[in-house]
Amino acid sequence: MTLVKKPETRPAAASWGLSKRGTPWEYAAAPEATDHIEIRREYGLFIDNAFAPSRPKATFQVINPATEELLSRVAKASRADVNRAVTAARRAHDTVWSRLPGSERAKYLYRIARIMQERSREFAVVETMNSGKPIKESRDVDVPLAAAHFFYYAGWADKLDYAFPGRTPRSLGVAAQIIPWNFPLLMLAWKIAPALAAGNTVILKPASTTPLTAYLFADVVRQAELPPGVVNIITGPGEIGMELVRHPDVNKVAFTGSTAVGKMIGRAVAGSRKKLTLELGGKAANIVFDDAPLDQAIEGIINGIYFNQGEVCCAGSRLFVQESVYEPLLDKLKARLSTLRVGDPLDKNTDVGAINSAGQLAKIAELVQSGIEEGAEIFQPDCVLPDKGFFFRPTLFTGVSQSHRIAQEEIFGPVLSVLTFRTPEEAIEKANNTPYGLSAGVWTEKGSRIFKMVAAMKAGVVWANTFNRFDPTSPFGGYKESGYGREGGIHGLGAYLDLSSNRASGR
Amino acid sequence: MSPRAKRAAIKSPGRPSILATRKSQPLATTNGTGAAGQRLEVRKTYKLYIGGAFPRTESGRAYEVLGAKGELLANACRGTRKDIRDAVRAARTALPDWSARTGFNRSQILYRIAELMEGRRDQFVGEVMAAEGVARQRATRLTDAAIDRWVWYAGWADKFSQVTGSVNPVNGSYFNFSVPEPTGVVGVIAPEASSLLGLVSRLAPVIVSGNCAVVLASESRPLPAVTLTEVLATSDVPGGVVNLITGLRRELVLHLAGHMDVNALDAYGLDPAQGVAVEELATENVKRLVRPPTKGADAVDWLSPNAQSPYLIGEFVETKTVWHPIGS
Repeated sequence: MTLVKKPETRPAAASWGLSKRGTPWEYAAAPEATDHIEIRREYGLFIDNAFAPSRPKATFQVINPATEELLSRVAKASRADVNRAVTAARRAHDTVWSRLPGSERAKYLYRIARIMQERSREFAVVETMNSGKPIKESRDVDVPLAAAHFFYYAGWADKLDYAFPGRTPRSLGVAAQIIPWNFPLLMLAWKIAPALAAGNTVILKPASTTPLTAYLFADVVRQAELPPGVVNIITGPGEIGMELVRHPDVNKVAFTGSTAVGKMIGRAVAGSRKKLTLELGGKAANIVFDDAPLDQAIEGIINGIYFNQGEVCCAGSRLFVQESVYEPLLDKLKARLSTLRVGDPLDKNTDVGAINSAGQLAKIAELVQSGIEEGAEIFQPDCVLPDKGFFFRPTLFTGVSQSHRIAQEEIFGPVLSVLTFRTPEEAIEKANNTPYGLSAGVWTEKGSRIFKMVAAMKAGVVWANTFNRFDPTSPFGGYKESGYGREGGIHGLGAYLDLSSNRASGR
Repeated sequence: MSPRAKRAAIKSPGRPSILATRKSQPLATTNGTGAAGQRLEVRKTYKLYIGGAFPRTESGRAYEVLGAKGELLANACRGTRKDIRDAVRAARTALPDWSARTGFNRSQILYRIAELMEGRRDQFVGEVMAAEGVARQRATRLTDAAIDRWVWYAGWADKFSQVTGSVNPVNGSYFNFSVPEPTGVVGVIAPEASSLLGLVSRLAPVIVSGNCAVVLASESRPLPAVTLTEVLATSDVPGGVVNLITGLRRELVLHLAGHMDVNALDAYGLDPAQGVAVEELATENVKRLVRPPTKGADAVDWLSPNAQSPYLIGEFVETKTVWHPIGS
């Protein structure tokens, strides 16, 4: 085995100078225009197809995490507002939406998908301003995938009878949906599209830091002329989400977020008949064997953990490298890491944008500090961070052991822990040694080994020779403490249907 | 708790046994040397079933199991938290092998259970009559349905993933498929009233996909369940795939629901009134949970075709989705 010689000082690729100001190869700024979008100074709650202030009127600030500037003020819902939203959704379900022929529901959903495509740049820019994610990701991933979800589930609305053999699918009723701040619009689509296709009505609560694309979506609902009450959007702190979950007239609860909050929600619905799906945290293993195509693997590793600043529940945050390729891989990885452009999320060249909030930034910093204190070796590229906003350097740790907090806890930031293994069995043992089980990655050119590893991973999504791919047709969700239920595909449809009744003819 | 279960619970410990005064059945043969010239019946000791062995409860405790008319049927083990712990460990140990068996192999083994139950059909009919206080004709129907239920689920072992799996036509150059995999160790709280058919109806869909089970038998009617474990032990079902604990629900359900190495809980047989505490505990490690029906499992018609369903298998599987690029 010939090992690539370790570079003397900095990795060679860093001489491209992409990350250091003033070098000859510096990129010119390429900011996406914002003059075509309109963010209102204030947003009320969206109930029964109308924006209205919360009662009593209260608001909270929404900022741009890349500049810390105020973007808007949004309504802070009260318990009374939750009641109003549930009442609206119940009425819409019982009197209109569940009674519509599936073919008509389908056409509404197709309308939504088309309007989102028409207004895609507007969505991308607002998403990036509000979440901090790079415009190239919101433009090329979040928004197109969100529209595709509506397009996919639209087609199911009038084909439910073919999806579940021997069953007569029925809508569940009112769905309470609580989504996180890492993919605000995409998670909205994952939640609302299957729910509406199945004949349910929804109350969506976006994360309190990222409500703006949800309220932009409310305008799509208006343009699509959905019946009032079918889609309701309310904003407020976590307690309002819990009020919504506990509301006795809610039939379905869908939550994406942390495992700790997921457990709270599980307790809150205990003893009720509410159907529950949970998509919770993760600590994915990304396993690279010595026969893997290393350059491809490098791109997969980078995409796996630095996509969306690592604020991804399925991020490949634990890298397991077979010992025989550890050094060459690590050299390539450090070189590639040094080419990542960190900065203005609206700049079309930016790879790593802003962390979503000061709180999350502090959490990342705290866990990185614990990594240093527990004895792992830190590597960060020498890049310049903007003066304002919540930014964190892409980080990797070597010399990480299984017991370190950075190998155990979900960091939800651009921080990679690198560990090694010798045999496939050791990789399996280490990869599965976590309470989580959302995703995993395997890199090898050997087909039989791929299937051995894929079968052994206790994870709901396994990417082989790729990472972080998503599609509306592809079920997504976790094993173990990463939650239960699936989103996407026919499996995601079943999560929004009552399948308890048999067809008269069959069993 | 049902009135019968309560009665059993109250009478359980410390009460003078009436075993000594129970009359044995007259037999046609006269080899015996009983006091009245009749052969003295050889009774069975009803034990737990853990890891393929039949231990007594570690606590050494027992409780009286009464028949429909209040007559003593037997002493059953009054299992404990430690018995549950041992059973979960046995189930976890058995899991890698059982879940890796082919569908064809699991299918044959479940069918074998039916074969061996058929051979002991009269014994099961008698036990169901005694436990549930039903007439022979009814007990026969219940037993036959339990045997047939194993046959029905046996057939699903190598078909279920064809019905619930999928090849997903993603928008890109990737091969993408989803397959069901067993969830892991599943706690099963058996129905209280339907001592055999109810239990089989809940157990078969759990193990057919490759899960291992820790079963809490009916508290007031545990004896047919124990006899079922004797069938399982001789049916090529590997030890640890099914483990059975008898005892008092109030001493056991919360430990099973709260056990951190149990991945899913079928609480279908639980009294709905006990559901909240059980569900809250189950949340501690995000257990997959099947709740009791609104009116309780005792109100379910177990003979109905609705009591068997591939969707029940689906309650205890995880969907795994795999991506791979398509290229040269």
